[in-house]
Amino acid sequence: MLIGVPRESKAGESLVAATAKTAAQLVGLGYEVVVESGAGAGADQADEAYAGAGARIGDAAEVWAADVVVKVNAPTVEEVGRLRRGATVVAMMAPARSPELVERLAGQGVTALAMDAVPRISRAQSMDVLSSMANVAGYRAVVEAAHEFGRMFTGQVTAAGKIAPARVFVVGAGVAGLAAIGAASAMGAVVRAFDVRPEVAEQVESMGAQFVEVDYEAEVSADGYAKEMTAEQQAATAAMYDEEARAADIVITTALIPGRPAPALITAETVAGMRNGSVIVDMAAANGGNCAGTVADERVVTDNGVTILGYTDLAGRLAAQTSQLYGTNVVNLLKLLTPAKDGQLTLDLDDVVQRGITVVKDGESMWPPPPVQVSATPQQAPAAPAEPAAPKPPPDPRRRLFAAGLAAVLFALAAAYSPAEFLNHFTVFALAVFVGYYVISNVAHALHTPLMAETNAISGIILVGGILQVGSDDPLVTALAAVAVLVASINIFGGFLVTLRMLQMFQKG
Amino acid sequence: MSDLLTSDRLPGLIQAGYIVAAICFIAALAGLSKHETAKRGNIAGMVGMGIALLATFALAARNAELGDGRALGVTLAIILVAMAVGAVIGAWRARTVEMTGMPELIAMLHSFVGLAAVLVGFNSYLEHGPGHGSLGTIHDVEVYLGVFIGAVTFTGSIVANLKLSAKMKSAPLTLPGRHLLNLAVLLVSAGLAVWFVADESLLDGGDLGTGIVPLVAMTVLALFLGFHLVAAIGGGDMPVVVSMLNSYSGWAAAAAGFMLGNDLLIVTGALVGSSGAILSYIMCKAMNRSFVSVIAGGFGQEAPVSDDTDYGEHREITAADAADLLAHAGSVVITPGYGMAVAQAQYPVADLTAKLRARGVTVRFGIHPVAGRLPGHMNVLLAEAKVPYDIVLEMDEINGDLPETDVVLVIGANDTVNPAAAEDPTSPIAGMPVLEVWNAREVIVFKRSMATGYAGVQNPLFFRDNTSMLFGDAKAKVEEIIHDLPE
Repeated sequence: MLIGVPRESKAGESLVAATAKTAAQLVGLGYEVVVESGAGAGADQADEAYAGAGARIGDAAEVWAADVVVKVNAPTVEEVGRLRRGATVVAMMAPARSPELVERLAGQGVTALAMDAVPRISRAQSMDVLSSMANVAGYRAVVEAAHEFGRMFTGQVTAAGKIAPARVFVVGAGVAGLAAIGAASAMGAVVRAFDVRPEVAEQVESMGAQFVEVDYEAEVSADGYAKEMTAEQQAATAAMYDEEARAADIVITTALIPGRPAPALITAETVAGMRNGSVIVDMAAANGGNCAGTVADERVVTDNGVTILGYTDLAGRLAAQTSQLYGTNVVNLLKLLTPAKDGQLTLDLDDVVQRGITVVKDGESMWPPPPVQVSATPQQAPAAPAEPAAPKPPPDPRRRLFAAGLAAVLFALAAAYSPAEFLNHFTVFALAVFVGYYVISNVAHALHTPLMAETNAISGIILVGGILQVGSDDPLVTALAAVAVLVASINIFGGFLVTLRMLQMFQKG
Repeated sequence: MSDLLTSDRLPGLIQAGYIVAAICFIAALAGLSKHETAKRGNIAGMVGMGIALLATFALAARNAELGDGRALGVTLAIILVAMAVGAVIGAWRARTVEMTGMPELIAMLHSFVGLAAVLVGFNSYLEHGPGHGSLGTIHDVEVYLGVFIGAVTFTGSIVANLKLSAKMKSAPLTLPGRHLLNLAVLLVSAGLAVWFVADESLLDGGDLGTGIVPLVAMTVLALFLGFHLVAAIGGGDMPVVVSMLNSYSGWAAAAAGFMLGNDLLIVTGALVGSSGAILSYIMCKAMNRSFVSVIAGGFGQEAPVSDDTDYGEHREITAADAADLLAHAGSVVITPGYGMAVAQAQYPVADLTAKLRARGVTVRFGIHPVAGRLPGHMNVLLAEAKVPYDIVLEMDEINGDLPETDVVLVIGANDTVNPAAAEDPTSPIAGMPVLEVWNAREVIVFKRSMATGYAGVQNPLFFRDNTSMLFGDAKAKVEEIIHDLPE
């Protein structure tokens, strides 16, 4: 089948759905690939690079006539019209927010797969474009902030005086938030972060930030996204936002609620209270913004000198990187759809991932798909627990006492009727068992094998018995004893030598 | 010379020699607890053995001189010839054994102790005949126990050796009613013991009475019991079996000590016996299994659980990509398993370690207590390949660091890195402590195929989204990675 990679028609779009590297992978899956001339220009992908990777360079007509059209942004009205009946189109479509697009695609009689509808389950992560883009965007948000910020991020003590580290406050610890935390702390800033899901505190800390706590009970998210909070939670949280934002030099907000406008978290009053020169990067700008005063795609400077960045193309500002990640996500999706690697795309609607992304199938609207339980979040009801093991009742102390008493009596009886010679030997035996126990308990695990070889060697001491019996008058006894001496000698010499050999190998680096 | 041999002072000197030898043995085991003192410990063991042998020669010579039995020259000649043959065989085996074949060698050495114990036990009976009075009864019991333990150790170790060297199928042999069978053998042996002890008849002319019949019958039963016990235990439980047989061989030596009235044998046997018992206990704890369940055998038989859980898809990685990942990692942890030994991959792994360390990558090894077929097996293999022991860490030492680790290489390990043990309470290996490799950023699993590990449990690790599979022979793949490392 032929895969077409068109040039993005959206104004200012620098991304492309396949780089030379991912185009080669698509070819490896058995597909033919045709790339519109100049499609990769914004992402540093020259036409020659595609040609070198085994793809063909074609014009728009050829690309749009392909069996599978792979792009980044949702197809426009005009573009939908260019699709062949029965073709498949893969792009980010936001199907929940664009019913008219779904209708149009159905009318065109195509199959439409939405890259941004990949269910957030572990095995689909390799095709989750939202994560890929959020990751890049989070990084870029820090870079943009650093660019606007008039000082350094890292703290230093120099001959010209002390530089205090920048204080960064990140709201929302999703992929974008975590990426921002990582980038900011890598640049040396002091990072604090908050998320309404307390279970992500560990992830926040693992990225090098301090998690800001608010005292209230929050619900565990069932679909991997954060939920909007109740009124009293909001009151406690609002106070925290105000306090943290005022203390920060840089505020990066990433809070989104799927299918709803972004929550307003940083009020105009808070912004007014921030220091001159502070920077706010509102990554939710496309959905209305988390901060009062955010204007989508604009840089706004408030009266008190706070810069608010509402860029919505943060990922696109790192076009080469984002295109590579997006392209890899597409390759991973097509790997799933091309199990035989023969260049034939097959859609299996019993698979939750494939069902989840299928918006339109052969002209029939499939949206919305049935909900998918996210495996990464803690499950509310553990699936049918195995027979709950009844905890063992602690043994009755009286029973233990009785057993000990019985043993003592039996031992006393046995000892009383045993000859003294046996008891002497038994004393030695009992002591040796305990000495052995304490000596061996300390052995390092790494030395267990040499230890065994050593114990093997010394248990060859049974040789002593054989030696003393060789002198017997009875030829049978002598013969048996000689055999015993022989095998025990193998043990002694073999055991000691092999221990020595092993120990010589152990060396310190 | 003969004056000294017949003097009354000699027994005291011999006893002194035995005491020194016993102390040397304790020092040997104590020395082996740390790398720094291990070699000294081994030397202490050799010195102890030398002293013990000298003292015993002196005792044998004294017995001969006092006219007890055969002439001194002949006796010494027989002993020396037998020892020389044994020494040559032992030295040859010790020198030529592959480190991957260490478990087999150790199992074989155990069988020799068992055989020697049986022979010494029989001799003790043949020489002295059935006992009389309470001391005689005790002696009879000692002989009987010594032969019993020795015989079980003997055949058990042979089976372990065959299984470890793959000359026998490692799957557990599960005869119907095998527990009843074992119990029956034990009960019949106990019955025979009563007969053996009660038989005090000594026929005219020093010939033995009927007591030899129960002794031989019991020996045959014990030989069968040893065979059956170990045959019923699967290959993956071999670390426990080998250390258990180690323990048995010690008890066999101790029993021989009792029957000969020799304290040195008793001390040594008790040391070895408790050493093996502790090792078995450590292994069982590492597998979260009770000792009884391992010994009773049969684990893994219900292994092919029809498991239709959807684990999702696994991701593959090429050696070149793996090399790239490793070259740019800050910290790497390698968790080897038995598969590394099978593929003989320890040398390329050591080479890779050295190369990565030269690039400034922190490389460490995480060893699960039951990795391999012998306690500490992996450590010996890595040491053989000249991996410094201070970067080879135990499971508990490394688990805490894994979340901070960039790349984990799982080479030939499966059950010991299975997250199901920690997360799925219905898993057959639930509760077994494992290396928590899935907490690392990237995991690369070297494997020949998607087949399950010894426990027959599917490993969800392979389907994690931070896991990549590198299929093929571990040795060849590691070599490819070394080749592909960027300059």
